[in-house]
Amino acid sequence: MRRIYIFILIAGLLSPAYGQDDLLDMLGDEPPSNEPVTSTFKSTRLINGHTIETRTQGVLEFIIGHRFGRLNEGGENLWGLDFAQIRLGLEYGVTDNLNIGIGRSGVDKTFDLFAKYKFLRQSNTVPVSAALFLSGARRADSFFENQVEGLGIPFEGKFRNAYTYQVLIARKISSALSLQVSPTIIHRNYVATSEEPNDLIALGMGGRYKITNRVTINAEYFPTFNQDSDNYKNAIAIGVDLETGGHVFQLHLTNAQRLQERGFIGETTGNFFDGDIHFGFNISRVFNVAVKENIPKG
Amino acid sequence: MKLFISILLLIPAIGFAQKFKSDSSYVRFFSEAPLENIEAVNIKGASIIDLSNGNFAFSVPVNQFRFDKSLMEEHFNENYLETEKFPKTTFTGSFKPADLVNGEQTVSAIGEFNLHGQTKPVNIEGTVIKDNGQVTIKAVFDIKLVDYKIKIPKAVFYNIAEEVEVTVYFEYKEL
Repeated sequence: MRRIYIFILIAGLLSPAYGQDDLLDMLGDEPPSNEPVTSTFKSTRLINGHTIETRTQGVLEFIIGHRFGRLNEGGENLWGLDFAQIRLGLEYGVTDNLNIGIGRSGVDKTFDLFAKYKFLRQSNTVPVSAALFLSGARRADSFFENQVEGLGIPFEGKFRNAYTYQVLIARKISSALSLQVSPTIIHRNYVATSEEPNDLIALGMGGRYKITNRVTINAEYFPTFNQDSDNYKNAIAIGVDLETGGHVFQLHLTNAQRLQERGFIGETTGNFFDGDIHFGFNISRVFNVAVKENIPKG
Repeated sequence: MKLFISILLLIPAIGFAQKFKSDSSYVRFFSEAPLENIEAVNIKGASIIDLSNGNFAFSVPVNQFRFDKSLMEEHFNENYLETEKFPKTTFTGSFKPADLVNGEQTVSAIGEFNLHGQTKPVNIEGTVIKDNGQVTIKAVFDIKLVDYKIKIPKAVFYNIAEEVEVTVYFEYKEL
């Protein structure tokens, strides 16, 4: 009989206590959520290239990209700051995963159009986020035209166009570190020299490291594989992102001055390690044009 | 005597029947500032109330706050609340008075509020409606961001109020 009482006593001591923290423990057992990972990068651009990030539905983004001249131009040209090349861009979130954009760069008077579709989002069960990127760029200056006519060939408008196909694959490894690879094919309808293949193959790679909540350092490299030319170098870039509410400022140093894929991947001429470095920045401003109702009604 | 002790030891098990768990929740915060009002709503909170002693707790997953502007939501999680580091905001405490009667009554919830990894003693006044098998709780209170070490960068100061209004609403069913 006594054993039974001891048993009851122990059972009583072990039975759930009724403190306040225990109530909280009762709430703590919901299953881990399988929410997609967000904020892999702060911007839709790492430095020169696109990231897997898309603007959400109804968001319009205005991006101004600047690349100054070369640092090794010396003091007379204020280390390149006297000459700036600019790309003006407008991008729009058609859906949360589909973005379209247009841009116009001063270099080569180039217009570009792109579409980016995020088809995979990193989560507990999916290791990476991934997006398809397609763009067309049309060079509107008369360089190709003059060259072709010099050869006695009739010029056609399509000679101006080049198309970029990319798969962007990124993983947010920790809240601070994100890495991306971007296999790339650029088809150029017309190239100026025989050393440049019409179909250029490249592999973009890069990442960001978050120093504080609002500041990251970024690096990016775009080696090409089938362009044996002394003229062209692989694009290298290092940079810093500064975020202030609706703006992101991206400051960088890069050997590429062109601001769309054909240009910076395929036509970069500067040697980073010889000081052919362009200081540049991207400024992005976001506008909520057609905001969908997101807040649950109580 | 032994029988009495046994019964006494069994009382906690009876107390269990007094627990109510939320089956519907609505947590909103609202920041009023000259340039822009910011509002977000979370319906993924959970709460338990123990009517036998007035103890009360709630837990809200911070990354489930929904904003109209997606970038705001991202900044809220990334820059202000640091959701990956501090995924939940919680309250633990008890009601005064602890005995709730049927009908509507004003109560104080005295306890600890944890937000952004900071725990502060709070005394929140709210309304409880008890209707036999159902309990509803509603409270509106202000929190100062500085108390919870939520930093607002100087450049965007005018955008965000230093004090935000929080509305908490839970409907409970007996567990």
